Amino acid sequence: MKALAARRHDRRAPIVLLLLALLLTGGLYAAFAPSASAAAPTSASADDIAKGKQLFQANCSTCHGPSAAGTASGPSLIGVGAAAVDFQVGTGRMPAVMDGPQVEAKPVQFSQEQINQLAAYVASLGPGPAIPTAEEVDPAKGDPATGMALFRTNCAMCHNAVGAGGALSRGKFAPNLWETSPTHLFEAMLTGPQSMPVFNNANLTPDEKRDIIAFINEQGGAAPGGLDLGAIGPVSEGLWAWVVGLGLLIGAAVWIGAKSS
Amino acid sequence: MSTTAAPTRTERLAAGTADYLDQRTGLGAAVKTFARKIFPDHWSFLLGEIALYSFITLIISGIFLTMFFVPSMTETVYHGPWASLNGVQMSEAFSSTLRLSFEVRGGLLMRQIHHWAALIFMASIVTHMFRIFFTGAFRKPRELNWLVGFTLLILGLLAGFSGYSLPDDVLSGNGLRIADGVALAVPIIGTYASYLLFGGQFPGQDLIPRLFTVHILVVPGLILALIGLHLFFVVLHKHTQYPGSGRSNKNVVGYPLFPIYVAKAGGYFFLVFGVIALMGATMSINPVWSYGPFDPSPVSAGAQPDWYMLFLEGALRLMPGQAEIVIGGFTLSLNIIVPAMIVPGVLFTALAIYPFLEAWVTGDKREHHLLDRPRNRPFRTGFGVSLLVAFLILVLAGSNDLIATHFHLSINDITWAFRVLIFVGPWFAFWVTKRICLGLQRKDRELVLHGHETGRIVRFASGEYIEVHKPLDAHERWIRVQHDAIRPLEIEPAEDSRGVRRKGYRIDRMRQRISTVFYEDRVEPVTPAELAAAHSHGEHDSLAAADAHAEVTAGVGAGVVSDGRDHLSADARDH
Ligand code: HEC
Ligand code: HEC
Ligand code: HEM
Repeated sequence: MKALAARRHDRRAPIVLLLLALLLTGGLYAAFAPSASAAAPTSASADDIAKGKQLFQANCSTCHGPSAAGTASGPSLIGVGAAAVDFQVGTGRMPAVMDGPQVEAKPVQFSQEQINQLAAYVASLGPGPAIPTAEEVDPAKGDPATGMALFRTNCAMCHNAVGAGGALSRGKFAPNLWETSPTHLFEAMLTGPQSMPVFNNANLTPDEKRDIIAFINEQGGAAPGGLDLGAIGPVSEGLWAWVVGLGLLIGAAVWIGAKSS
Repeated sequence: MSTTAAPTRTERLAAGTADYLDQRTGLGAAVKTFARKIFPDHWSFLLGEIALYSFITLIISGIFLTMFFVPSMTETVYHGPWASLNGVQMSEAFSSTLRLSFEVRGGLLMRQIHHWAALIFMASIVTHMFRIFFTGAFRKPRELNWLVGFTLLILGLLAGFSGYSLPDDVLSGNGLRIADGVALAVPIIGTYASYLLFGGQFPGQDLIPRLFTVHILVVPGLILALIGLHLFFVVLHKHTQYPGSGRSNKNVVGYPLFPIYVAKAGGYFFLVFGVIALMGATMSINPVWSYGPFDPSPVSAGAQPDWYMLFLEGALRLMPGQAEIVIGGFTLSLNIIVPAMIVPGVLFTALAIYPFLEAWVTGDKREHHLLDRPRNRPFRTGFGVSLLVAFLILVLAGSNDLIATHFHLSINDITWAFRVLIFVGPWFAFWVTKRICLGLQRKDRELVLHGHETGRIVRFASGEYIEVHKPLDAHERWIRVQHDAIRPLEIEPAEDSRGVRRKGYRIDRMRQRISTVFYEDRVEPVTPAELAAAHSHGEHDSLAAADAHAEVTAGVGAGVVSDGRDHLSADARDH
């Protein structure tokens, strides 16, 4: 009793209380908030993990090792989290085909259900970033103007001003982002695939990530000025000026010239 | 009948006005001579007109833009229809550009027309310039006009660069930052130059207003004045013409300015304007909202200038960065000085002085109003092509990242390849072009001496086969023989008859050496004597063939190997 009473006067008590209150509100929120998405395996069943393990051993263990601890031809996946698996397998990068400077996106080989099972298995190996909820990545809830400013300072140097893609050294490249799903956008930032840096939640808060998603979501559609010519800037504009503009005009000049003789 | 009918009211009014003006300005005589001016006709003579008309398009669309653009670096917050910039802090210049694009009716169209017109203006200037170059239209008396044109080219670059930077977006700001870097790299005065240009530390507060003055007043004013001078020279010297029968250095064959040429040229204006307007209406250009308002820190992937500046970007990208050296506490940024000053310096100086260099080397002081066929000047043509190739390699080097992503190549390999190519490519292009020119000249000789191959092969009764050749008609032949032979310069000996060393001999020797480089390899044009000799031989050939053929068909019935056509006429001179 005495100990308890003493503890009640501890200087740390308010902090503990605050944490408890936060936990409570968090729990209430989780209980009452609209259930996020079916895709997000928040509560992976033991069954999922078992199926995931099977899939993993059949498809991934050659490179990542039978217990995902890594081999010479693939890194350890312990602690990379469900988000990394969902991104890597969901964009078709894994299972990897190494025939160039970087593993590239390909047609996806697994159903979303299988991907979730794989993710559940890898997540069970060690704590890592989870797959974001639909709300966390909803472009409609982000602010594209903030997103643009963040994108310019964090991403545009590799992915081009509007996410059309760009070159890195030795044949590596940052891909075009217009077709990437909001979930994969979020996961790419969170896990930093290959040459891309990791933007963890301290670097870019989840809200900021959503702002970036909102900005990218507006790119790649119809350009206000007409054909976007690849949205890669003045080089393609110059090329078109020569090919279409000067091409047509010289053609017209030849035609006018031919009219005289 | 119109002569008998009484003039209508409008006619009388027009005549009255014309008379009024004529009596006070003497315009009538000028208009009359001008209208009768003869202009030769060729499509390549319209290239200068593309430049002229795209410049007019630039002025018209530019005037519209000045009505809405605010040349100020004062900070403001944007509120408007473009969501990704809503509530963002930016300069007035940038926000007024957004307003022009999204709120002013027709504003985006005008912006795009203006920018496409600028790209086409520069493209047509370069094409026009190389037309002049390859045909030797810069020779006496037109050297000064070449210099006027060259100045126009430089002014065009300035106009483009200053205009491109006005909207104060990140991309053009990157360009300005490079310009600042180049200014800083100038030895000794660099820092002062940068401070002077930007009114303090980059980017400062003065730049956009200053660029605005340069872009809408100084440069266009100079261009306008120089275009006036340029066209005055064209009229004064009369236009050159391509060689052909009946055309000489002393006449001009073509149509009178009025009405034919005016109609054609006027129509062509609408074509040029139409093409530019079409591009402006359908193709996005310089979407500044994608780049965002200027901020010195971000640089996005694929940051490049407009195409006419791309060669400088390329030179910078090719130059290894380690070339910066420090001498006694002073930094000499060779990594910038070489690509941003020496490379364009060499390229542009070569272009500017070439007419004078060629005149000096050939010692040719005659007037030339007949153009050269490029093949007849292998050195010049090769030199021009090698300049173009150097320019092209630099442009490609400036696009190395896009080449890498589009063709899945390593940017490092591309850069190394271009580093080698920039030295090897122009030489190779020169050599190949010269060979091709000489080959074409030999082909011309061959044609003049032996005529066209007809593909008809005839067998004589004796069993001998010959191919029937059709001689060239007078016009075809003239084009191929009219040019002067070019030979390396011959100079007077080092000592005169009394053994005294001649003054200026050394310079002459140098001149002769250069001249040898220019003209050592050559194909002599066919001389009249050669032609006569060949002609009698050729005549004999074809006549003999005809006879033989007649003989064959009439006589033994030997086969005629024909080119597949079923008529077996052996008249070698038909049509
Ligand atoms: C051919 C070998 C190979 C196969 C098969 C393969 N991977 Fe990989 N994997 C790699 C390599 C190499 C990397 C590291 C490069 C990269 O990040 O893409 C990698 C990276 C990963 C990563 C990212 C790790 C991180 O640090 O973020 C994940 C997740 C992953 N693999 C999952 C899988 C899954 C799941 C499968 C089975 C469906 C699979 N891989 C099959 C070679 C392979
Ligand atoms: C250092 C350069 C670099 C930066 C900075 C960078 N990325 Fe990437 N990004 C890459 C590379 C390289 C890849 C390709 C990785 C791969 O294929 O595994 C990539 C891939 C991606 C993908 C996957 C695209 C797809 O559909 O395949 C997304 C999404 C992405 N990046 C978003 C971002 C965002 C958002 C930012 C800014 C917060 C960013 N990146 C910053 C280099 C970069
Ligand atoms: C603003 C840019 C320019 C405009 C508007 C312009 C316009 C013209 C026009 C309309 C002509 C007559 C038609 C023709 O031969 O094409 C002409 C002729 C000429 N131009 Fe240009 N030009 C420009 C730039 C240049 C440049 C950059 C050069 C070379 C450095 C140049 C050199 C010449 C010469 C030498 C002629 C006489 C050609 C002849 O008589 O055959 N011009 N120009």
